[in-house]
Amino acid sequence: MGHRTPLYNEHLAAGAKIVDFAGWDMPIHYGSQIEEHHQVRRAAGMFDVSHMTIVDLRGAETRAFLKHLIANNVDKLKPRQALYTCMLNEQGGVIDDLIVYFMQEDWFRIVVNAATRAKDLAWINQRVGAYKVSVTEQPELAMIAVQGPQARERVYEVLDAKLREQAAQLKPFYATCEGEVFIGRTGYTGEDGFELLLPGKDAVQLWRALLEKGVKPIGLGARDTLRLEAGMNLYGTDMDETITPLECGLEWTVAWEPAARNFIGRAALEKQKAQGAQRKLVGLVLNEKGVLRNHLKVIVDGVGAGAGEGEVTSGGFSPTLSKAIALARVPAATGAQCAVEIRGKLVPATVVKPPFVRNGKSLV
Amino acid sequence: MSNIPKHLKYTKTHEWVETQPDGTVKVGITDHAQDLLGDVVYVELPKPGRKTKAGEACAVVESVKAASDIYSPLAGEVVETNGALTDQPELVNKDAYGSAWMLRLKPANPAELNSLLDAEGYESFIASEAH
Repeated sequence: MGHRTPLYNEHLAAGAKIVDFAGWDMPIHYGSQIEEHHQVRRAAGMFDVSHMTIVDLRGAETRAFLKHLIANNVDKLKPRQALYTCMLNEQGGVIDDLIVYFMQEDWFRIVVNAATRAKDLAWINQRVGAYKVSVTEQPELAMIAVQGPQARERVYEVLDAKLREQAAQLKPFYATCEGEVFIGRTGYTGEDGFELLLPGKDAVQLWRALLEKGVKPIGLGARDTLRLEAGMNLYGTDMDETITPLECGLEWTVAWEPAARNFIGRAALEKQKAQGAQRKLVGLVLNEKGVLRNHLKVIVDGVGAGAGEGEVTSGGFSPTLSKAIALARVPAATGAQCAVEIRGKLVPATVVKPPFVRNGKSLV
Repeated sequence: MSNIPKHLKYTKTHEWVETQPDGTVKVGITDHAQDLLGDVVYVELPKPGRKTKAGEACAVVESVKAASDIYSPLAGEVVETNGALTDQPELVNKDAYGSAWMLRLKPANPAELNSLLDAEGYESFIASEAH
């Protein structure tokens, strides 16, 4: 038996198929992954993401510490604004990707991946050194993501007046906190919506209230196809400690300015940027019927013998486009076309810039 | 509990086989198999005329989860495939034993049918697999 979130019994009651995810017993789907996917694109769905790791950094030197720890720059943030960033090692490889919320000058909250929890906490605690910062995991918090074009409206219906008023004022990528409930207008689907963090003991009540308002439970299977359509990387498949942000489409999250900010991995990244990264992450759309799968070989003509190979890092079937799509790491010189080797056959694919889908609309 | 019609024959690789009046057999995948696969999004079928050995991979079903080979239950020749699955792969989830048949095979040796599992045998096989 793995770890269970406070909502485990709710998943069983909703007919979930449970799988192991990073040591957690989590719902992969509740019947049909494709229907769940469409539910989020067309109306509103909710995900139990309580397995994710929530860490509070508090203390007078939190800002200074984060300016060193992560590749994006928290100085960009207005109060209560959120930032997506990578946490790098000295070689510029990605230890994890995370969201940091700037709540107060002496309080930043970060949410990191469940699968990388132990190494992330070890790294942060090791690097905090002499900074006057406390690092506190919040394992008792549950996390429910409500996503879709109707998500915010449905959430307003279940909040008390004070919280509702605050939530209604949130711009995208901002968060608010009232009592024990934290609400961010963030997500991992390419749709509008909220992520709600609250004490585990209150999670079932919120889950049931949302269910009553017509918000359907969505499993991790649809979460993966939604994020893939949205062109969002998944840690461990699209990047890891051997891959830099320049090689996984995340250079936009690296704050090069000001040049004097010495974040971990900066020197290695600058060197790679000066030399030019050899590989890049692109989107692929399969022109024929079929499905793109992780680790399929990508063949790119005209970029030199031996160098003309890449690999699908995240592949799947896009329910919104009814086509196979993928993120793939390919030679930097790759143009508009390539081929993917599927069961010994070369199938042509078009190279596109992700995302594939945003706010319910196809972008490719 | 899986749906396992009594009149069909089965393989341990989760195909079903239905004998037709003309002596050919229809082949598809079981309800249990489609449930394990999840939503089916693509079916790759062989060309008619293809000769198959028993147990040879002859088609591929791709679901949201994975690609799975479909094995020929008998030696024989593919005489027809179900083109409807090209545009409606989801039929495999909705109607595994009916409109989602995958191919029709002319058995090389009809006696081979006797080596397949009956409904009871298949039911105990999947029960044993679950443990």
